Amino acid sequence: MASATKNKKPFVENLTIKVCVGTGGLAAGGQEVIHAFTRQLKALGIKAEIAKKCIKKTGCRGCCSKDVLVDIRMNGNSATYQHISRDKVERIIQEHIIDGNIVKEWLVGPEYHAFHDRKIKILLKQCGEIDPEAIEDYIKAEGYKGLQKALSGKPSGVINIIKKSGLRGRGGAGFPTGLKWEICSKEGSVQKYIICNADEGDPGAFMDRSIIEGNPHSVIEGMIIGGYAIGASRGYIYIRAEYPVAISRLRIALKQARKKGFLGKNIFKCGFNFDIRIKEGAGAFVCGEETALIASIEGQRGMPRSKPPFPAQKGLWGKPTIINNVETLSTIPHIISRGARWFSSIGSKNNSGTKIFSITGKVRNTGLIEVPMGISLREVVYDIGGGCPQDRELKAVQTGGPSGGCIPASHIDMPLDYDSLSSVGSMMGSGGMVVMDSTTCMVDMAKFFLEFTQNESCGKCLPCRVGNKRLYERLKRITDGRGKKGDIEFLEALAEDIKITSLCGLGQTAPNPVLSTIRYFRDEYEAHIFEGRCPAGVCEALRQYVVNAEVCKMCGKCFRECPAEAISWMKKQPASIDKGKCIKCGRCFEVCPFSAID
Amino acid sequence: MSNKKIKIILNGTKTVCDQGETIFNAAKKAGVFIPTLCHDMRLEPYGACRMCSVEVKGVPRLLPSCSTPVSEGMDIRTESRTVKRIRKRLVSLLLSNHPDDCMRCETSGACKLQNLAYEYKVDGREYGGEKWKLPIRQANPFIVYEPNKCIVCGRCVRICNEIVMAGTIDFTGRGFHTVPDTAFRTARTLSNCEFCGQCVSTCPTGALTDKKARGKGRVHELKRVKTTCSYCGTGCSFYLNVKNEKVVRVSSDFFGPVNQGDLCIKGRYGYDFIHSRDRIKTPLVRKGDKFVRTSWDRALSVIASNFEKIIKRYGSDAVGAFSSSRCTNEENFLLAKFVRTVFRTNNVDNCARV
Repeated sequence: MASATKNKKPFVENLTIKVCVGTGGLAAGGQEVIHAFTRQLKALGIKAEIAKKCIKKTGCRGCCSKDVLVDIRMNGNSATYQHISRDKVERIIQEHIIDGNIVKEWLVGPEYHAFHDRKIKILLKQCGEIDPEAIEDYIKAEGYKGLQKALSGKPSGVINIIKKSGLRGRGGAGFPTGLKWEICSKEGSVQKYIICNADEGDPGAFMDRSIIEGNPHSVIEGMIIGGYAIGASRGYIYIRAEYPVAISRLRIALKQARKKGFLGKNIFKCGFNFDIRIKEGAGAFVCGEETALIASIEGQRGMPRSKPPFPAQKGLWGKPTIINNVETLSTIPHIISRGARWFSSIGSKNNSGTKIFSITGKVRNTGLIEVPMGISLREVVYDIGGGCPQDRELKAVQTGGPSGGCIPASHIDMPLDYDSLSSVGSMMGSGGMVVMDSTTCMVDMAKFFLEFTQNESCGKCLPCRVGNKRLYERLKRITDGRGKKGDIEFLEALAEDIKITSLCGLGQTAPNPVLSTIRYFRDEYEAHIFEGRCPAGVCEALRQYVVNAEVCKMCGKCFRECPAEAISWMKKQPASIDKGKCIKCGRCFEVCPFSAID
Repeated sequence: MSNKKIKIILNGTKTVCDQGETIFNAAKKAGVFIPTLCHDMRLEPYGACRMCSVEVKGVPRLLPSCSTPVSEGMDIRTESRTVKRIRKRLVSLLLSNHPDDCMRCETSGACKLQNLAYEYKVDGREYGGEKWKLPIRQANPFIVYEPNKCIVCGRCVRICNEIVMAGTIDFTGRGFHTVPDTAFRTARTLSNCEFCGQCVSTCPTGALTDKKARGKGRVHELKRVKTTCSYCGTGCSFYLNVKNEKVVRVSSDFFGPVNQGDLCIKGRYGYDFIHSRDRIKTPLVRKGDKFVRTSWDRALSVIASNFEKIIKRYGSDAVGAFSSSRCTNEENFLLAKFVRTVFRTNNVDNCARV
């Protein structure tokens, strides 16, 4: 630190430093950044207590590729920095906090704003704003107001508000939440349960984790309201053990809520008792299915059972049970405090509210976005996602995780809501969204998802256990270049049979990627089987390496690197590859300094 | 189940059935046969094999009849084209991971999978693909487990946990590699298994077989003789499976009023004594230091005269009777009555009292 500044008392008023410490932020070194700020501000003579108060941990704001994100607010102005590490802290303090000059080259770029500054943000608004480990922050942001309001009326009143709001379950199937609650509330059992399904299993989806890490109290508040509405006295949060940060924040939040009297006996002095336990799941994908989840909480192997009876009638330990997704529950307090009409004004008909999507794949900006239901796919992929990298052509978007389907680029203007998605053979699912461009092979993509689902099948029902395995094997045969005539028809027929006979949602939806890719990209399957080529150039076995004689500079590097002695080359002559000997390892392609090998 | 009757349409015929019962049971009562692999009357409905799936009007998917309750006006088809296609599909999927060795399989002829494959004319060879190659498990005296023949219907797992409550086996693995097994795949011993053979009794294929009966004859060679177990007073019934006048196996009598097919280790595996050389087949009377064969009449008169002598000399309380819990209630009652009225004493007891 320069000695001149030591004597100068820096002019700092209302300084707030917010450091992202979601799982992404922590992994990027968020904790170290916090330490660096604390230490250096203290050393600078800015009072330690100010330092303590002014540095805040915040949850994930969805833009994890830019972590660690740091907000500096002082004297009424605010700036957000990206990719901040421990060694960058000194300069920020020196130039920004003390001298008042923003370090411009470290500020977030337009992608961050396209991502982060969406007009409608309900659930993610407080993530990245409040300290997830401080209940006071949540209360200051109108937290637990919804609960107070709900408890001042009758349970049936709460259910009516939720019914009127048109909220549909965010876990995937889109069953109306109010209706579900109503069915359960009418069950005459003394003991009922409400479960929060935080077993977020879709690869690439992490909205539930972000909500819990960034704003755990919103989930807890939603659960208490739900418990009151259906008459449950106990709640469970089923969360995967792979989310250690989320679990620890939940534990802290539950402790704080108990201390404040939001959980426990006689909440808000209205005679309502409610408490929540955490149950850690061991990471089985199928435990996201509600009956398997219940079995897992009961200590049994996570396997679904036939419905009916539905959990709302006979669930956990045989008692009426409501299972809601994290996103659904954290929406509840907002609906209660702001009203059903406000909520249903957002989104489209029959699909009110906002939905969080996690957008990944071949797209420029990846991460979490909260958008109103019914927004067009185009807006999501191009306006928020920034389109495909290197301006490649968009091919398709896979929604709904591994059990969803792909939507071809020709449907780019379709609205994203439950009904439209299922009409094109896909589904909302938990909101995972994988963007694919011309470099994605659709057969390979279907194979990838099938490999996942057939591995994660619980093994109970035959069509899912063996059928999906056979689907996967046949897809593998095609991508390995051993496809035969009739394979497409085989896949279609088997996939259809698996869909209509499987026991649970996993089996019923697992063939979706196969069916939807055949439906929209049959030509790619045919190219693999009949022409022995992979149009996207992904499938290794179908790749053919050819030397472009015009580009070849005759250096002989490929000749020397080839482990199979498949390349013939002589000085001053372009190389050539013997297809019979080539083992398609790709070494020549990698080493060619002139990109002469295709 | 309530007594309320409701109307359904079963294969186009109006049928009356009880509210709350399953489609499978309603069809059975109406004389409509629905094939199934994972269903056992003794167990809770499970819905794993999907073989009993039926078409219900207005429902896009097929419903498993074993676990779906009937509802008013339900229009059910058990033999539609889709249903038959699905049955074919399911059997062929099972066979795609099943060894082709019916010719030397213990259960050939009694195998439900074999019967269905025959009925629907499928072999499962169109799939190719991976097949299990798991080792045979037989490091115990009673039960042989050939996992490659297992169709993962879960009946063994459920009977072990629902009825016997021994918890010896459960599912292991995930996806295609899900298979019932003991914890950590350890061998069955008395510390983890009761050897009641309930799992063998419910296995629809040749995956679980009785070790002692292996190679001793298959279902078409065996004569089944119904009898009552002699081990205790419960009175379980079962079938002795006889080949060439020799008992080679015990099999369950699923309609036995007392036990409905359930048996314990003694009833199911304790039949060695029948053909034992050491078995005593006639009464023996002591002469000096030796036992001598005799007739029942002679033996009874020796017993009677000795009792008379003792009572005359020392009084009624000098004698008594101790009966066995292997006797039936009626036999025990008779003995007590006999001791009190003929011996004129209350010295009577039973080993079951301890």
